[in-house]
Amino acid sequence: MNPRYIASAVGLAALVALPFVYREPYHLHILVLILIWSFAYTAWSIMGRFGLVSLGHGGFMGVGAYVTALLWNHLGVSPWIGIPISMVAAGVLALIVAYPCFRFRITGHYFVLVTLALSGIVLQVITATRDYTGGSLGYTPNRAPSGKGLMALQFDDKITWYLIALGVWVLGLLIWRWVDRSMTRYAMEAISEDEDAAAAAGVNVTAEKLKVTLISALMTALAGALYCQYQMFISPDTVSGIAVSLQMVFAVIVGGLYVSFGPTVGAIITIMLAEILRIGFGTKAVGWDNLVYGVLLVVFIIFLPKGILGSVLDRWKTQPKPTERNEQEILKAARR
Amino acid sequence: MLTVDGLVKRFGGFTAVNNVSFQVEKGEILGLIGPNGSGKSTIFNMLSGTLIPTAGSILFDGTEIAGKAPHRIINSGVGRTFQIPRPFHRLSIFENVALAGYYGQGSHSRAKADEAAERALAMVGLPTDRHASVDGLGAAGLKKLELAKALATGPKLLLADESLGGLDEHEMDQAADMLRKIRDELGITIIWVEHIMGVLMRVVDRVMVLDHGEKISEGLPSAVAGDPRVIEVYLGTDADSSQAAAGEARRKAGV
Repeated sequence: MNPRYIASAVGLAALVALPFVYREPYHLHILVLILIWSFAYTAWSIMGRFGLVSLGHGGFMGVGAYVTALLWNHLGVSPWIGIPISMVAAGVLALIVAYPCFRFRITGHYFVLVTLALSGIVLQVITATRDYTGGSLGYTPNRAPSGKGLMALQFDDKITWYLIALGVWVLGLLIWRWVDRSMTRYAMEAISEDEDAAAAAGVNVTAEKLKVTLISALMTALAGALYCQYQMFISPDTVSGIAVSLQMVFAVIVGGLYVSFGPTVGAIITIMLAEILRIGFGTKAVGWDNLVYGVLLVVFIIFLPKGILGSVLDRWKTQPKPTERNEQEILKAARR
Repeated sequence: MLTVDGLVKRFGGFTAVNNVSFQVEKGEILGLIGPNGSGKSTIFNMLSGTLIPTAGSILFDGTEIAGKAPHRIINSGVGRTFQIPRPFHRLSIFENVALAGYYGQGSHSRAKADEAAERALAMVGLPTDRHASVDGLGAAGLKKLELAKALATGPKLLLADESLGGLDEHEMDQAADMLRKIRDELGITIIWVEHIMGVLMRVVDRVMVLDHGEKISEGLPSAVAGDPRVIEVYLGTDADSSQAAAGEARRKAGV
């Protein structure tokens, strides 16, 4: 058997066993947050790695969280149904914004600006409909009557949430890997370099871009909904808006854009940073984490564009391999 | 196989292609020549869907393809190369070609794509090694890669924008022989665009000459080379071939 599979299986088994051995609630809480945000960051990187830099993912996350909670509170729809509905809503929103962009070749900076507007719009809608959403004060899903916790996807113990978050995190990694090994990856790499040449190779440029955007938006909405169910409190600042979108970009770039565990490393760093600032400086440091993100983002883009994990793995791999000489010879022959 | 009728392309007030009509028969190599800016590439871009014609019709195998999306035209059996090679640097040589094999044939089968890539790479004489990087290729290698990508899409009609400008004489001959081999062995019909007449005239069955967006001559290479309008267009723009053409014209006229 492939040693990598064995290592993955052992690692996963250890992660599953962890909460049964170690039960410190605060640390488990941090782990759940890291896993949920890792999933959201992985979702972002699925399109971000191909140059589709979105600052609209705060919007998708907000839709996931608020639609699920509103359906539960106002219509009594169980999150088991509400979450898929919220994901569909985010997907439709993604298509409405992305289709015209891709069809009319809005790329690069202009695409970033359009998605930035999306973040802003979702935030405004949440604040403006405060009679329903609680506006900037935030929103709390109604507590389920006792015994109905499973139906309402509300659990009091951290172990259940840890296992749910772990499952979703693994799902995120599997989706990342599936995209990474699919022909869609080749197509997207080609598109990110030269759309005309990709089309000349027969690639339906608009459809391929929509595909990764849709996957990414659906995953992000799921992350938002789970965050809402776990925290039992959401506010526009924590699950939507430009700050959340920027945080995703920051975490993924710091962790590593082109490696599967990059977003996870990014989540560990951002959440630790936020917690350290919160514990160290309390309410005096509200918003400081964004300032630190901004500075670090600039530093990383200049000095470590592949992120922490990406750079570490690169260094590991650059030891010369015996096949490299062969490759050079083949190429020399090909040149002629 | 291909019937182009009254093709027009205007960019604002500038008419790049003005009422051009021509036909391509199955199995022939049609040369498309003309000085820089004569509208060759614009016609190519309309044939392959990159540009939408202002007016006119393009019938490919009896179906109208004018204004269709590029990937649909490629899937229907048209392959194209770009004048300046446009490889995907983030993919290996093999992956570049396999991508075209996967999406270009519309089959979306990994096995078929790999097979098409291997055949196309062997045809043009590039290594089929899966990991060789594009960055190791020189000018001639990049042109081969461009051709392999187009072949992997399984075309019935190949639009070869082959500008041989960057190549030495030996490489030019190689490229010309390659096109003939593709027609002879794979039965692919070819339209070959070029602005140097020399090498092209040896290989093509028929030539069409463009100037300022209009067709000024069409016919067998020997006849076109003697056409006074063609000589006029080429005089001063391409000394070698125009002199050769003028010489031939003079010989014919018995001077």
